[in-house]
Amino acid sequence: MTTEMICAGFGGQGVLTIGRFLAQAGMKEGKNVSWLPSYGPEMRGGTANVSTVISDEPIASPIVSYPDLLVALNQPSLDKFGPMVRKDGIIIYNTNMCPRGCKRDDVQLIPVPMNDIANEIGSAIVLNMLAIGIIIGKTGLVKYESIEEVLNSFLREKNPELLEKNLQAIKRGIEIGKQYT
Amino acid sequence: MSKILMKGNEAVAEAAIRAGCRLYFAYPITPQSELIEYMAKMMPKVGGTFIQAESEVAAINMVYGAAGVGKRVMTSSSSPGISLKQEGISYMAGAELPAVIVNVQRGGPGLGDIQPAQGDYFQAVKGGGHGDYQLIVLAPCSVQEFADLASDAFDLADKYRNPVMILADGMLGQMMEPVEFKPAKTQEELEALANQHLSWCICPNADGDAKHHHEINSLELDPEILEKHVNKLYEKYAEIEKNEVRYESYNVSDDNEILCVAWGTAARVVKSAINELAVRGKSIGLVRPITCWPYPYEAIASAIGPKVKKVYVFELNSGQMVEDVKIAVNGKVPVDFWGKLGGIVFTPADIQAKLEACF
Amino acid sequence: MQVIAKRPETLTAEPFTYCPGCTHGIATRLIAEAIEEHGLINLMAGVAPVGCAVFAYKFFNFDMAEAAHGRAPAVATGMKRGRPNMHIFTYQGDGDLAAIGTAEIVHAANRGEHISIFFINNAIYGMTGGQMAPTTLAGMKTTTSPYGRNPDDIGYPIRMCELLASLVAPYYIERVSLLSPGDILRAKKAVNKAIQYNKEERGFTFIEFISTCPTNWGFDPDKAREWAKENMLPYYKLGVFRDKGEEVQ
Repeated sequence: MTTEMICAGFGGQGVLTIGRFLAQAGMKEGKNVSWLPSYGPEMRGGTANVSTVISDEPIASPIVSYPDLLVALNQPSLDKFGPMVRKDGIIIYNTNMCPRGCKRDDVQLIPVPMNDIANEIGSAIVLNMLAIGIIIGKTGLVKYESIEEVLNSFLREKNPELLEKNLQAIKRGIEIGKQYT
Repeated sequence: MSKILMKGNEAVAEAAIRAGCRLYFAYPITPQSELIEYMAKMMPKVGGTFIQAESEVAAINMVYGAAGVGKRVMTSSSSPGISLKQEGISYMAGAELPAVIVNVQRGGPGLGDIQPAQGDYFQAVKGGGHGDYQLIVLAPCSVQEFADLASDAFDLADKYRNPVMILADGMLGQMMEPVEFKPAKTQEELEALANQHLSWCICPNADGDAKHHHEINSLELDPEILEKHVNKLYEKYAEIEKNEVRYESYNVSDDNEILCVAWGTAARVVKSAINELAVRGKSIGLVRPITCWPYPYEAIASAIGPKVKKVYVFELNSGQMVEDVKIAVNGKVPVDFWGKLGGIVFTPADIQAKLEACF
Repeated sequence: MQVIAKRPETLTAEPFTYCPGCTHGIATRLIAEAIEEHGLINLMAGVAPVGCAVFAYKFFNFDMAEAAHGRAPAVATGMKRGRPNMHIFTYQGDGDLAAIGTAEIVHAANRGEHISIFFINNAIYGMTGGQMAPTTLAGMKTTTSPYGRNPDDIGYPIRMCELLASLVAPYYIERVSLLSPGDILRAKKAVNKAIQYNKEERGFTFIEFISTCPTNWGFDPDKAREWAKENMLPYYKLGVFRDKGEEVQ
């Protein structure tokens, strides 16, 4: 089983972290993972994207032609990567920043007002954790416990308050993701 | 030792430190900045030396000096910076100095861009600097291999007293993959490394030997003597060609109808396409040179199975490796090439389309 | 038989390749004597330049590296950082140090590398046959300034001591000359001090020698010295530009 995924959004929305935490969790579960970010000036204020592959097999190309899963946090990302998603793939997008939505009818669409929900939880910066939760809830790509372990290692010491908020966002995302299974 | 998720740029730096490198000189450039930053952070912690040099030219000459005193030393850069280092690299090859140079390639020529490319193949493999010399050129395709080859690069450099280049690209530098490191050298091993070159390197004249006079030098104005020196270098290179060729064979079999040749990260994209087409019953093999010099000519020649109708080269450049492949194939079957330029990385779908068109 | 003068142990028997009457030989010998007098023969290593002293690696009787043109301070940096228990100097001419190697000398000085730099300023490229140097005087004719150096076109000669003395890190900077016996004795003192500071790991030391190039200037050695006194010394003032060892604590 191989899952190829692209996460994209504005720089600062934390898209690289979505891929990174999932890769790290996948690695903890003994899977093969690769994480390939866009880099350069486009990172500063422009759009950012990251290709992440999580697989039971050795990973050949870290470059993804047709992702199984797209997380689009804004409209330009949805417009750019939406058409690339494999038939029967999944597109999770942030309706707060994708006013035009996605017109595809051969993939499963998961439209979520991510900014609204993140603000409800109390911080816009947990938006990316919400996305991780939705992915896990929908696909079971990695276990919640693995992600929790990864977050613990990053934040337990440094910022326990943010850790709690992040975990809360992930759990909320899992609930949302499960509604689409 | 558990696996760590790490960027290639950081993994190669960590592996170098574990291999006993305690001197690192470089100048910042994208997309290898994480490497110099990692060294800036870690070298003081292991009692090593990190200098952000005033230029690539100065950095490579600091490497020359440190290699001249017999210590494991490394520098790194990306394509335009590697061009600046060529002077020093030629001098080191001439003076037979061991050192490791990492090139995290980006698009060129000129300032080009900062996206992944393989446009420095000729520069690395066919010369780059002036004069008759060779570098050992290692081309990793994964973060794990990037780290492993760092350690091997130091061993090869020391074994042959020759500079070794690790030819990576921006993709490998920037991407994260799990990596498992070899254990760091012990204090004893480090001391042995520090003393391994005392017979020729600049070092204290510990026992006050009146004849002690080591020269680090590439100058010889007597043409006859210089010719002898260069011939000696080429005897060494022949030895390296005999002993150190490395490559990976992927899906190579007598059923192959196409044989691909690709190196570095490009080879991984080709593998994906091969896997996809294998599901559809199309048999395609791949030879991936790990040493771009010495080049695996024989491996490629012997991988051409009875049904192979074409050897297909894929690179992120204008086809710089094709001539080496042609030497290997030696007219047996046609050699075709397809690549992307400007720092664009081809996708598995691109390669798949090219390969499908051959059937 | 009584020996009243002999070759220092720090020099090999290799004959100097400098032209007759050239002051390079004096500078080379002063450095060798100072190293011997400080008992550093077994701990010293030098870096030879590209230029008239290109064969310096054969003259000094200890370990030597030959550097690419202008890169000696970078090479010396790598050597010193790699073997901190050794003492390192470079020997460089004006083209090597003040033109092609400007970045390397300025930054080695700025880092305060614990190395000594011996800089021969004879206002010309000797080895390549008398071309203009960054230190060639205004109006001075060379093969590449055949109508005389025109400062409006190519700039004024660079004063390296003054330039380096604008940096905070250097420990000791002095300009001396090799134009008379008295000057040579003063030069010897300066070289000794640089080597002493080097031995004591005080920091970056820099000695500039005002020298002659009779061959390329087209004068006999006596005339060359007179010419240098009249023309070079007014522009390149002798003296100590920095000596942290003498500063009142």
